[in-house]
Amino acid sequence: MKKLDRKQIAARLARDIPEGAYVNLGIGLPTLVADFLPKGREIILHSENGILGVGPKPAPGEDDEDLINAGKEPVTLLTGGCYFHHADSFGMIRGRHLDFAILGAFQVSVAGDLANWHTGGADDIPAVGGAMDLAVGAKKVLVMMEHLTKKGESKIVERCTYPLTGARCVDRIYTDLAVIDVKADGLHVVDLVEGLDFQELQRLTGVPLKRLASAA
Amino acid sequence: MINKFVASPEAALADVPDGATVMIHGFGNAGMPAVLIDALIAQGARNLTIVNNNAGNADTGLAALIGARRVRKILCSFPRQADSWHFDKLYRAGEIELELVPQGTLAERIRAAGAGIGAFFTPTAYGTRLAEGKETRRIGERDYVLEYPIHADYALVKADRADRWGNLTYRKSARNFGPLMAMAAKCTVAQVRETVELGELDPEQVHTPGIFVKRVVRVAAPMKKAA
Repeated sequence: MKKLDRKQIAARLARDIPEGAYVNLGIGLPTLVADFLPKGREIILHSENGILGVGPKPAPGEDDEDLINAGKEPVTLLTGGCYFHHADSFGMIRGRHLDFAILGAFQVSVAGDLANWHTGGADDIPAVGGAMDLAVGAKKVLVMMEHLTKKGESKIVERCTYPLTGARCVDRIYTDLAVIDVKADGLHVVDLVEGLDFQELQRLTGVPLKRLASAA
Repeated sequence: MINKFVASPEAALADVPDGATVMIHGFGNAGMPAVLIDALIAQGARNLTIVNNNAGNADTGLAALIGARRVRKILCSFPRQADSWHFDKLYRAGEIELELVPQGTLAERIRAAGAGIGAFFTPTAYGTRLAEGKETRRIGERDYVLEYPIHADYALVKADRADRWGNLTYRKSARNFGPLMAMAAKCTVAQVRETVELGELDPEQVHTPGIFVKRVVRVAAPMKKAA
């Protein structure tokens, strides 16, 4: 089996973002998606600190301290982009105006519950940012993560053991092994990496998976 | 004649009492009114409740205020960062109280205070531990959590330009919480890069109308390299 690396997961996900979509990329792994969006499509990136039309990193020496993304990295603004305050920005999110939020995750449950903000550890200082708003607000929530923990346990679980970010909010999961839709009747495998068969994915994942006719 | 220009940051913050609730604009360093924060540190008010998106970065600005042990409580969405060591240390020692608020709920609670809204229902955080103990309601097909406004005694904002009536414009993504906090505080103090005559700001482009602003301090821009 050929596991996808992080960039390949980002590239796989980016293929599914259609022309004209408004998309928020979460901090961390999801930011990689920006590098793989198909060149021919106009896709508008939203940053929750108040930007629509986020462009690439500035050229060296061109940083502007007033122009950063949600991860506090310097960015640029595409021609046609705009700025707005936080209440408008989260109105775009909560008001179901964003087509996609792409989020990292510690765990996703069979029901589409998402855990990605807090390990729940006693010494862990909690920080949530905009994750809970994105989880409930975007029209589609796409999760991007490694399929297994470092210990080899599935991150797709019957019930999340980490504190929830949102309940029943995930629509699709992209991992280094597969693409899986979360539907009312369970998890549907849409795509598998080369050399991985359904039975092996089922064994690694632990929770029941359904096989889509088109999946390998 | 209305003139909200104040001669110095010290003069603008002289009356902040111990125990005040102070909103501090900024998302990370974008929009953070560093000169006003330094003046607040020098002014000496203690036991403050601070509202900001974060809990300070590195050793300057809000981090310095926290490091000086002047903050009793902070309301924010994202305290933990690679360089939030002043907050982390006090939090782990139990010497600072944290009210963690999802970012959009934080923005809307501030907006609600400024707009005279008594409370509102939001879908954010429903079913999570940040909604524990809060009133909930099902409206239509969605579940919501009841949230209350956040009022403040002072708001410290950083804007780009201002006139003597207190009209403000911000720059790029440094706008973030500024227009909301300016509405939510009894006394809003703006640190600005440039002051201009009435009429010089395009009335179509004013981001914070002067009614929300009490005091304006011009702060010299950092020296730019000669072209």
